[in-house]
Amino acid sequence: MSTLSEQILGAPAGDYVDCPVDRSYVHDGTGVLTLEAWRAMQAGVLARPDRCYVLFDHIVPANNSVTAGLQQDLRMFAREHGLNFTDVGEGICHQLMGEGIALPGEIIVGADSHTCTLGAFGAFATGVGATDMAAIWAEGGTWFRVPETIAIRLHGALALPAEAKDLALTYVARLTMDGATYRALEFVGDGAATLSIYSRMTLSNLAVETGAKAGLFYADGATCRYLEGYGHHARPQQPGECCYERELHIDMSAVVPVVAVPPRVDTIRPVEEMEGLPLDQVFVGTCTNGRYEDLQRFSAMVKGKRVKVRTLIAPASRNVLARATGSGVLSDLVRSGCTILPPGCGPCLGAHQGVLGEGEVCLSTANRNFRNRMGVGGEIYLGSVSTAAASALAGALASPGAVR
Amino acid sequence: MIIEGHALCLGPDIDTDVIIAGRYLRTRDRSEWARHAFEDLDPTLSSRLEGTVILAGKNFGCGSSREQAAIALKEAGVRGVIAPSFARIFYRNAINVGLPVIECECTCSDGEMVRADPAAGKVAIGDRSYLTRPLSPRMREILSAGGLVSYWRGRR
Ligand code: SF4
Repeated sequence: MSTLSEQILGAPAGDYVDCPVDRSYVHDGTGVLTLEAWRAMQAGVLARPDRCYVLFDHIVPANNSVTAGLQQDLRMFAREHGLNFTDVGEGICHQLMGEGIALPGEIIVGADSHTCTLGAFGAFATGVGATDMAAIWAEGGTWFRVPETIAIRLHGALALPAEAKDLALTYVARLTMDGATYRALEFVGDGAATLSIYSRMTLSNLAVETGAKAGLFYADGATCRYLEGYGHHARPQQPGECCYERELHIDMSAVVPVVAVPPRVDTIRPVEEMEGLPLDQVFVGTCTNGRYEDLQRFSAMVKGKRVKVRTLIAPASRNVLARATGSGVLSDLVRSGCTILPPGCGPCLGAHQGVLGEGEVCLSTANRNFRNRMGVGGEIYLGSVSTAAASALAGALASPGAVR
Repeated sequence: MIIEGHALCLGPDIDTDVIIAGRYLRTRDRSEWARHAFEDLDPTLSSRLEGTVILAGKNFGCGSSREQAAIALKEAGVRGVIAPSFARIFYRNAINVGLPVIECECTCSDGEMVRADPAAGKVAIGDRSYLTRPLSPRMREILSAGGLVSYWRGRR
């Protein structure tokens, strides 16, 4: 028997394989460099433009004329060569690929490290750099070394107020920032089945923070129902008895709300021990936690109250924003004092829309708290949406248990 | 291919945001990335990168997929990077842009002469020498072509 990565890549761990890529994607950041490398290759035509996606999300709308010019070049190229293209305001690449495009068993390569998010659907999804992507545009495939797999065996179910993000930070801390380098993660066990597709995306999203190449869930009934909503008839994947390099057991019922303390994703502390830490900004969004369920949970906690700190909310996609508009979640957020940003990465990468000043502290629902990521001299704590809501109301780091 | 230069010692878990910050990415001017390399670690470092071999701790290049990180080092004149382990996207990127990378656990002191052969997996630092895993044949070919773009063009 073999791991899910071995099944999809069709070879045992350690082998080098050349594989066709079912879907590839770039964003406005990595796409510019990909285009440059592609032009330098003088390949002429793309092997499968219908399988290639260009999704604008990183600095949208453009923040200055240089960015605007680079984006215009890429936009024109995508249109001329028939690549699938989504413009400013549609949403974050990983979220959009997760809205009914990525399918179980596919090989998906993105020019972004958090491409691993799509492992939530039982796809082998991994990130590469721009030149690798240019070669994929030209050839329609690439090489992989089939990874060994570490199983994250989940037991039980999460107990409120802990949520998938707390579980994600917990496994990252257990594995550490390079504990899974060159490996794939597989989330298995009875606990995995209890997680919604949105929660699975949060877990898969953080796989790369352990150095992993991919973070996969086996497609099950929940996956098929989700994809059914987008008109796909997917089939569940069967986990077999397989040979994991090692297993990490996590009792989900014992997971508590935590924050990752700057500047490392793998250094976590229970929120309870950190209460009262003054905050300058709360940021809810990103490919980790910007989905409708996240906005809904946040708004349920702040509804009818007033946030005490600068609170920025970026829906992960237009779809998310539209649902939040229709259900009243958006107006609750606006009334409670939150600032709504356009669908996209927002301030996550420190380029616009909420850059931190020297000495400022932000609680973010994103996936990275590296030094200066959101602005020179700013500090980032990573936490769950519920922790963000409780903290926004308190103006300082606060435990979600008290508000819920 | 032999790489030679003076050792520059760095710690573990150097992420790509530290190698080149997100605020400098939107340009086509590659020298801009070289000028701002490692700025948040030490603003004077970029001016001292020419002719060095970086000897870093584990997990070098973790974080984002930005190829600008590997390009910045190459443009700044870094001859190669040696570390006990690399984040996998950075590793692929480095080979693809023609920046030699070698997985090796070695002791470092700044300024020592480093001489390494990535294809053979040999590293010599001062009077110490190390044997390590050689690059795969394909990576060796890409590297000696000067990167994936020229490798690809050469194959057609
Ligand atoms: S939301 Fe943040 S982590 Fe996710 S793709 Fe955008 S910049 Fe990267």
